[in-house]
Amino acid sequence: MIRLERRLDQPKWLSVAVPVGSLIAAFAIMAVILAVTGHAPGHTYRQMLEAGFTGNGAFSATLLSATPILFTGLAAAAAFRMQLFNIGAEGQLYLGAVGASWIALKLGDGDAGSTPLYVLAMCVAAGVMGALWALIPGVLRAFANTNEIITSLMLNYVAGFLITYLIFDSSSYWRDVSTLQAQSFPQGKPMPAGAEWPTFGSSVVVPLGFLIGLGVAASLWMLYSRTRFGFEVSVIADSPRAARYAGMRTRRKILAVMAISGGIAGIGGASQIGDFTHTLDPTGLQGAAFGYTGIVVAALARYNPFAVCLVAVLLGGLQNAGFTLQGPDFPSGLVGVMQGIILFCALGGELLIRYRVTISRRARARADTGSAAEPAR
Amino acid sequence: MGESTPVRGANGRGAGSSGASPIPAVRMVEVTKRFPGVLANDAVSFEAAPGEVHALLGENGAGKTTLSNILTGLYRPDEGQIELFGEAVHFHSPRDALDAGICMVHQHFRLVEPFTVAENVVLGDHRSEGKSFFVHSPAIERRVAELGEQYGLGVHPRSRIWQLSVGEQQRVEILKALYREARILIMDEPTAVLTPQEAEALFVTLRAMAEEGKTVIFISHKLHEVTAVADRVTVLRGGRTVETVMASDATQRSLAALMVGREVDLGRSPERKQKPSGDVVLELDGVRVPGDRGGEALKGVALVLRSGEIVAVAGVAGNGQRELAETISGMRASSAGTIRVGARELHPGDPRDAIKAGVAHIPEDRLGTGLAPSLSISRNAAFKTYRTAPISWGPFLAVKRMAELARSLIKRYDVKAPGPETPARNLSGGNLQKLMLGREFHGDPKVLIAAQPTRGLDVGAIETVHGFLRDAASNGVAVLLISEDLDEILALADRVVVMYEGAIVGELDAASATVEELGYLMAGGEAR
Repeated sequence: MIRLERRLDQPKWLSVAVPVGSLIAAFAIMAVILAVTGHAPGHTYRQMLEAGFTGNGAFSATLLSATPILFTGLAAAAAFRMQLFNIGAEGQLYLGAVGASWIALKLGDGDAGSTPLYVLAMCVAAGVMGALWALIPGVLRAFANTNEIITSLMLNYVAGFLITYLIFDSSSYWRDVSTLQAQSFPQGKPMPAGAEWPTFGSSVVVPLGFLIGLGVAASLWMLYSRTRFGFEVSVIADSPRAARYAGMRTRRKILAVMAISGGIAGIGGASQIGDFTHTLDPTGLQGAAFGYTGIVVAALARYNPFAVCLVAVLLGGLQNAGFTLQGPDFPSGLVGVMQGIILFCALGGELLIRYRVTISRRARARADTGSAAEPAR
Repeated sequence: MGESTPVRGANGRGAGSSGASPIPAVRMVEVTKRFPGVLANDAVSFEAAPGEVHALLGENGAGKTTLSNILTGLYRPDEGQIELFGEAVHFHSPRDALDAGICMVHQHFRLVEPFTVAENVVLGDHRSEGKSFFVHSPAIERRVAELGEQYGLGVHPRSRIWQLSVGEQQRVEILKALYREARILIMDEPTAVLTPQEAEALFVTLRAMAEEGKTVIFISHKLHEVTAVADRVTVLRGGRTVETVMASDATQRSLAALMVGREVDLGRSPERKQKPSGDVVLELDGVRVPGDRGGEALKGVALVLRSGEIVAVAGVAGNGQRELAETISGMRASSAGTIRVGARELHPGDPRDAIKAGVAHIPEDRLGTGLAPSLSISRNAAFKTYRTAPISWGPFLAVKRMAELARSLIKRYDVKAPGPETPARNLSGGNLQKLMLGREFHGDPKVLIAAQPTRGLDVGAIETVHGFLRDAASNGVAVLLISEDLDEILALADRVVVMYEGAIVGELDAASATVEELGYLMAGGEAR
């Protein structure tokens, strides 16, 4: 009989060993699935490694895939650290993209010129939009005690409809109506040249968004471990009653943390516009589901901002390898299965951090017969 | 409160026969259960005979609930043995206990609200009807109706739980036990939710069950109920069994004495001189506070504390002491009245304001309210001081200074801990208390509110805590001691006020007060 017992204390090494173990378990389970579907696991994994990390230009592509989930992962981690489950990074990212593309279009091609100004303006606009969007569930949680999981999740759909509306169902400021072709096949206005974010490096190309993400991660770490704000957040997360006892203002913290979380996701939206699409693309954004992947990233990283960076690159590589692998004899669904298994194992692993598994043989019968052989525990 | 009508058979049958029964239905021998920092049960022994209503009497924290959780398989004892009808048993889960015929009616019911009575009764039962995939409603409903009639537990089998009153829901819980043919029924504070009439009806049912040879274990801290319904009473105090007595031989007063324990007279500190007459530091006037379950928890409390004196609040748990502590410390908002610290009036419901005014608070719930369990000692030590200069600079924390503060508290207050980064939850109860006292004194408080500061601590730690409280008073702090331990109160306090049902019903000079007198007031007796 297998039993779960609550751990009285959680050793430090577990928080590293369990996520690594979860990943290994996920790859092992996937190997079985690959074998069953007629792919040699060893060969596939080698291919994935090459396509995701070691191949020519593969790492650059991986960083591209990692950038948006780095932002959404940090957004999720920022909120989850206070036990505030903001599932809305998806929608906050959309709103960020809306804000960033609006300010870039406003600045226009004209004499505004310098890219740093565009980058700054786009990040600020996107951050504000994302934060405001996240404040809707934040205010509801702080003042009406609604469940932020539900409200933030539902707002993702609202945000999705909003960006679809902006491009497909209206002639909004964002929609390109300059040519006949663009009028019949709706698409967003292209961004001005200055709004294209630069990249760095030659053999490995690093997008600016990724660097901004690293900066955000470092600031987040600083905020949470070295400031009064972070101290209060950690107390609220651990015991809201203790926080009240110490005179901390929980409501304000809920609002601030939601705003920070939403703001980070919003900047992810700006990076999408600046680094990649250079236009507001509702279909692409909604198809990618960066917000939900970000939750996986945060969970695997156990909400540690630096670990989020690593996990984002790892999952980015996986996604990137998936694109390369998929073809007639490797359905894209298998990549999704892989990600699903990783999430499954990561969440299962969480259990092992909090509980200890003990295996004992047939315990029930003893209670009935009252066997004296069982040593008292 | 007064005397309730005894519902026990006029001949006192239960008491007579049960004492002579050779094989007890339940026998717990030297059962010990430790939790991190608390010794919840310390070699507790008791036995209950078939056909007996056996009361477990004790104050909150005496270990009654832990004991019943062990008996129902929720916890495993660290040491000791459980025997049912003469056979040793080892429960590995609540299921094992259920299979052995033990059912428990918890204080908070375990019922599925949208389900019917019959469905709830059969839920989790894995014999006959319960085993099948389909719920054979008519058969179960008939049986439930039958049982209800037999035991006076009238409730319609098809009613849904949410439609029922609390008293009726309790009947469903008892029906569940009867349906499963439980041989041993544990009732945890069953009357807490009942009206007096419902309680009377419950007692009749419990007696009827005992007549049939079932064993009823009745957990309570209310004296009049215990004397009204039980055959024998086992008194628990501080996790230990004090004594098992015949209910017919006991009086409320004798039980009260056992429950609060007067034989361990710690003695009053001899050097305590005449009443200190410092300035008024804390003044409550007409403070009213709404309760958690409706009604009022505090009904116009007025209280004055002078600098350098220890005032104790005595009372049976749940009479507003907890709310009093929380209201002064700002964790609970008052609806009327004023609280003044010195000349300053506190904002109701604002802990930060109280901290600023110099109110230190040792809450009853150490780990969870007073301290955050998974955070390190150094973070916990900074709870009250993290907002200001040495610990923080601008918005930033001086992490090193936090650790220094923690180290100095650990050293000065003799907290046994590996280091400042140890999570609070790894500390024992006594060390948690020392850490918290150290932290509170560090802020140079004017008022110290200590709620149950020694509950669950061992003798050494109790002495240390008492020493700290005396030191605080001699340094001019006004100490409000809330305790259920009357010896502690008499040993420490200058004055004692007694709370009953949210009001202060009496004030005594500690030098002349007796345990009996306090116990009498605490139980709602009129002041003499």
